[in-house]
Amino acid sequence: MSDLQDTARRLLDEGTVQVVIGWEASRLGARPVFVTSADDCDKLIFDTRCVHNLATFLNPRRVQVAALGKAAVVVKGCDAKAVAGLLREAQFERDAVVTIGVRCGGVVSEPSGLEPPELTSANVAARCPGCDVREPASVDFLVGEAQPEPPVTTSLNERIGELDALSPAERFAFWTGELSRCTQCYACRQACPLCYCERCIVEKSQPQWIETSPHPRGNFAWHLTRAQHLAGRCVGCGECERACPVGIPLGLINRKLQQVVHELYGYTVTDDPAVPAPIGAYATDDTQDFIK
Amino acid sequence: MTDLSTFEPRVTAFVCNWCTYTGADLAGTSRLHMASNVRIVRLPCTGRIDHLFIVKAFERGADGVIVSGCHPADCHYTAGNYHARRRFGVFRELLTFMGIDPQRLTFSWVSASEGRKWQDVVNETVDRVRRLGPFDSYHGLAGAATAADDPFAAIEATAASSDAPEHRGAS
Repeated sequence: MSDLQDTARRLLDEGTVQVVIGWEASRLGARPVFVTSADDCDKLIFDTRCVHNLATFLNPRRVQVAALGKAAVVVKGCDAKAVAGLLREAQFERDAVVTIGVRCGGVVSEPSGLEPPELTSANVAARCPGCDVREPASVDFLVGEAQPEPPVTTSLNERIGELDALSPAERFAFWTGELSRCTQCYACRQACPLCYCERCIVEKSQPQWIETSPHPRGNFAWHLTRAQHLAGRCVGCGECERACPVGIPLGLINRKLQQVVHELYGYTVTDDPAVPAPIGAYATDDTQDFIK
Repeated sequence: MTDLSTFEPRVTAFVCNWCTYTGADLAGTSRLHMASNVRIVRLPCTGRIDHLFIVKAFERGADGVIVSGCHPADCHYTAGNYHARRRFGVFRELLTFMGIDPQRLTFSWVSASEGRKWQDVVNETVDRVRRLGPFDSYHGLAGAATAADDPFAAIEATAASSDAPEHRGAS
């Protein structure tokens, strides 16, 4: 019996929560599971295959999940930041959700296999090296053994550095190529724990701000908007990129904006909901080198 | 492709009602000479300017964009320009990362009394965008431009063919 399973069983037995949202093993490696009975708690696992950000299911507009009752959710560090983001934006009260944090040593980029794979620099998710929340601090319970550092791989920061070194025209050509594959299926939006608007601006048609025909011009408008709306909010869990059926490197855009808000406003996304997000706040002495 | 020898940049300016619009008006009433390539869109506040305004301007044929409003501490709504400053600080970096040359964008503070500064902002921006050339790479993202994509083309064609005097006197 793992700590995780014991904690979940106790919460369900005591009636503190009616559902525990966690991961279970599956033929595809791991998948989200909604455990509503204490007898099923031995399904719960946490290992290197548990890539999904389960905070997505806490969006109060996901009525099927909300109908299951009060939830406990199992969170890695990055997922805990997403829960904090939802709390910061008043999507639910702190005591409406129980969080079970797991100590995390990184996950694979794509889950597979019946046994948890050993992490190597070839299979580790690009966001994991250099992670600053391998032990989430703001959770109700923290379970699991301390994990080793994730292996080093070509980091997002290095790939961003390569792009930054190109000329604007070369970068434009790179992104036009990437975005030309986008079909505007909005899987990136659906997978994102913080893209929770009741009505997304892309669905507004009068006026239509974002062209929904899948040509690169509409795709630019969509991806610029998605990125801008997540600036200073994105927790870098990488679910958008994993959900993308045509493999657009959205993680690069998200990480770039994390760097930008850090450089300009000294802000780092944290799992402390009391720290305000940088967009929506301001300081009278903010940098304005770019303003004439 | 646009003929470079006859290229006139189209610049869209999103300005706040209280400072820059009044400043631009002052530039006009002071008879200051400046490039006539700028189309002004007046908004209540720079805080009202969504990043999609800029995107839409580029989509619909703009070669450059100006965003201008009240100086810090002068906002009619107390803090709209501070919010805008953060948002556009990030959005400018985002556009740069996506390969859109930030030289096509001008952000400025122009107060109601700074007609001359508005003249400078307009002339500098138009010169800069003229050197960069038409923004065909963005305009052409949806394939060949059609008349429906280019609302300015029809207006300009009408203006060129009509007998209307080139300069309408100040009224």
